[in-house]
Amino acid sequence: MRILKSHPLLRLVNSYLIDAPTPANISYLWNFGSLLAICLIIQIVTGVTLAMHYTPSVAEAFNSVEHIMRDVNNGWLIRYLHANTASAFFFLVYLHIGRGLYYGSYKSPRTLTWIIGTVILIIMMATAFLGYVLPYGQMSLWGATVITNLMSAIPWIGQDIVEFIWGGFSVNNATLNRFFALHFLLPFVLAALVLMHLIAYHDVVGSSNPLGISANYDRLPFAPYFLFKDLVTIFLFFIVLSIFVFFMPNALGDSENYVVANPMQTPPAIVPEWYLLPFYAILRSIPNKLLGVIAMFAAILALMAMPLTDLSKLRGVQFRPLSKIAFFIFVANFLVLMQIGAKHVETPFIEVGQISTVLYFAHFFIIVPVVSIIENSLVELATKK
Amino acid sequence: MLGRSILRASNRAVARQSLGKSTRASSTAAGAEAASSPFYLTLTAALATAAAAGSTAWYYHLYGQEAFAMTPAEEGLHATQYPWVHERFNKTFDHAALRRGFQVYREVCASCHSLSRVPWRSMVGTMHTVDEMKAFAEEHEYDTEPNNEGEIEKRPGKLSDYIPAPYPNEEAARAANGGALPPDLSLITKGRHGGCNYIFSLLTGYPDEPPAGAAVAEGMNFNPYFPGTGIAMARVLFDGVVEYEDGTPATTSQMAKDVVEFLNWSAEPEMDERKKMGVKAVALLTGLFAVSVWVKRYKWAPLKTRKIVYSPPIGPRR
Repeated sequence: MRILKSHPLLRLVNSYLIDAPTPANISYLWNFGSLLAICLIIQIVTGVTLAMHYTPSVAEAFNSVEHIMRDVNNGWLIRYLHANTASAFFFLVYLHIGRGLYYGSYKSPRTLTWIIGTVILIIMMATAFLGYVLPYGQMSLWGATVITNLMSAIPWIGQDIVEFIWGGFSVNNATLNRFFALHFLLPFVLAALVLMHLIAYHDVVGSSNPLGISANYDRLPFAPYFLFKDLVTIFLFFIVLSIFVFFMPNALGDSENYVVANPMQTPPAIVPEWYLLPFYAILRSIPNKLLGVIAMFAAILALMAMPLTDLSKLRGVQFRPLSKIAFFIFVANFLVLMQIGAKHVETPFIEVGQISTVLYFAHFFIIVPVVSIIENSLVELATKK
Repeated sequence: MLGRSILRASNRAVARQSLGKSTRASSTAAGAEAASSPFYLTLTAALATAAAAGSTAWYYHLYGQEAFAMTPAEEGLHATQYPWVHERFNKTFDHAALRRGFQVYREVCASCHSLSRVPWRSMVGTMHTVDEMKAFAEEHEYDTEPNNEGEIEKRPGKLSDYIPAPYPNEEAARAANGGALPPDLSLITKGRHGGCNYIFSLLTGYPDEPPAGAAVAEGMNFNPYFPGTGIAMARVLFDGVVEYEDGTPATTSQMAKDVVEFLNWSAEPEMDERKKMGVKAVALLTGLFAVSVWVKRYKWAPLKTRKIVYSPPIGPRR
């Protein structure tokens, strides 16, 4: 037997990347997974390289980042790659999740994959937030202050938890140090979760496909067909990433983070990076602090409800026109929330944000189950003899 | 739409039961009811559309205007967009302008603003020769390392030194400037909303007199582009305040443009190299992309052109 099939570790490579029987009809929307793996690899490689030159202390963090930008050979390239790939990572993960929602990838038997995926999203957000604090510019400090203070909403022990996280009575040197340690650690946790994500779906039925039916009639080996298909989007992604990194590296960043952190001066607006804005908007739409924090976390965890609330007998929405409409309304609503998250808390943005928040949760817990029941009934009526 | 499709589906089911054969007839049955009074249906639709458009317009009138947490004065006037050549994807800094801009910084800005992240060496080869830069560095005195007796002496500057700050510490800077701290300029174009446009607008935006009704605090100057409009820095650029060595007329806007470009260089000195590398990267990656598309096409061609034939099992006919 070939060593590729008998070796305990190479066997995994073979069954995930070489012989993996993959549905012949999957579209380019099934390429996000490999792109996300590439993102994680870029982030770990550039991140470890940056860590070789970075100093996690409140006095030196900003200077060490500028040292990387100015004095380290190609340091600017490494840092801009790290910062822009973070954005690309989220852009692609949202598309990946959108693909999953559209084609019903969360439905049994891929429920475990979907649950692990949601955990990956949460850890990704935590990692991104921790990383944003490290340059210790104005937005780093104040973002960290705002987000860690969310924990103070927990009744009775909230303030103690916040001070425990800070290691002091405000965001300080200890906070920056532990954030650095955690930011270094979490990507490897992510890598492990990614492996679990892969195992979870390769060990059941492998990739879903656009038709939502069993693909057992027509499968192809992963190599060479999907290896070369993935490579197409990988190079396309590299081109887009290069345009950002080399020609507009700060387009997605906030200029406030090029100002040294100053605890005595609050910036006019404290805004997270674009990829966290929808959840920030949900947080701010709820007038009660504790409920707002709960709503924000629930907004992410709501994804886990999809296997339960989608009662449709069909996988995916491609043959379900009502669900298709609901899906695109959900996408538009997500983009609206992203806009609202960057606005000042004022009329009309408060009202729009609240409506969008209600619509966001309604999609998961009302619209999806109701629409799927309606569509099931319509299908039954149409097919009953 | 939802209601109609349910209606249509149930009609169809009913029709199927009653007629037993034709399922197509049901859709015309639903249409026939509506067709009995097309005028009222058209009127209702028109009124509903008008009401929807009207209420949307009314809502927009009431709430649609963008709200601002701060007044325009507190926000500062939006900087004009200028066509900076160096901001284009395929353009470098104008190094003659950088050289002039450094002269403006040295003769005007440097008396209050530090440029602490820029060493003398970094300007060698970008805007000055080694000898010129050494001469600039030697104009300044730096502390030596402690000697054998532990005393710190003074030595002339070297290329590896950083441009010295005008004040020894923040308190001294504030004391000399009526309580205001002149910010370090190393990252100023990256660290301000609007970047180059903002700095240029600020430098050239001082009116001769503050507009009527504008409140200007004691010791402050009016500048509409500065958030809050009251800025401690007075107008510093006047025509002819520096004399350019290359003979360029030193108008206010020329100096502002040159110094902004210089400050942009000091914020991202890697820009020229970065864009050049970017062109290389895009050339390389588009090549690889093209190859990958060809290879994918080559590998998939047999599959894309395959013919799937259904051969029914041979058996007795019904």
